[in-house]
Amino acid sequence: MTRYLFIESRDPFESRDAQFIVHTASALKQRGDDVTVFLVQNGVLAARKNARASHLPQLAEIGVNLLADDFSLRERGIRGEEINREIRESSIDNLVDMLVQDNTKAIWH
Amino acid sequence: MPKKTLTLALMDPPYESANTTTAFRIISSALKKGINVNVFAYEGAVSLSMKDQAPHANPVKGTTVEQEDHPTTKAFVSSLLGIGKEDPLLTWVNCGLCVDERGAGNCVEGAKRGGPADFLKMAQESTNTLVIPTK
Repeated sequence: MTRYLFIESRDPFESRDAQFIVHTASALKQRGDDVTVFLVQNGVLAARKNARASHLPQLAEIGVNLLADDFSLRERGIRGEEINREIRESSIDNLVDMLVQDNTKAIWH
Repeated sequence: MPKKTLTLALMDPPYESANTTTAFRIISSALKKGINVNVFAYEGAVSLSMKDQAPHANPVKGTTVEQEDHPTTKAFVSSLLGIGKEDPLLTWVNCGLCVDERGAGNCVEGAKRGGPADFLKMAQESTNTLVIPTK
């Protein structure tokens, strides 16, 4: 099984191509791969509970791991309690650990 | 267990994108974990290590250079190269053709000149490779 690690830096409300993550991550998950989406920079804006049009809940529903960079959240004034419960706060240290795991393919978007 | 190595390809020029900050954070974290890091700076990213960068005062606010304490990317690159001097090792390679196009040859100590073939070799010999493209 391959691990796929998507690093999403784009704000989905600014970049419509955030759908790329939904389509690709969903297809890989349905194929039986382990898929994680790590939100960073403006990508964390989709993690807010109030972001009603966020594409993330549908990824959570099919079992994609959703993580949000704590530094990016703090920079944008997003507190832990404001984050959708399917998304876990994470860190750049955790991202590095995932990057050097065997059999991991990393895709920056 | 063999030493882990992470390769990053950077393309954004300095002072343009949050990608650069995130890349520096990834490099710093990896080095602190004892992971070797290769950086291949391509296109505008070759200017990240350009030595001629200078911090500036802010005439609008009336602040001095010292008060502004303006961070330059060359200082970040130097600092990272200082952490990754030996073990773990940070190898920073600027694309030579991109350097020539931009006149960015005067770079900080430790940054080397190379080409896409170096990136291929780095990627082949690394645990993983992350390409951070421009938007």
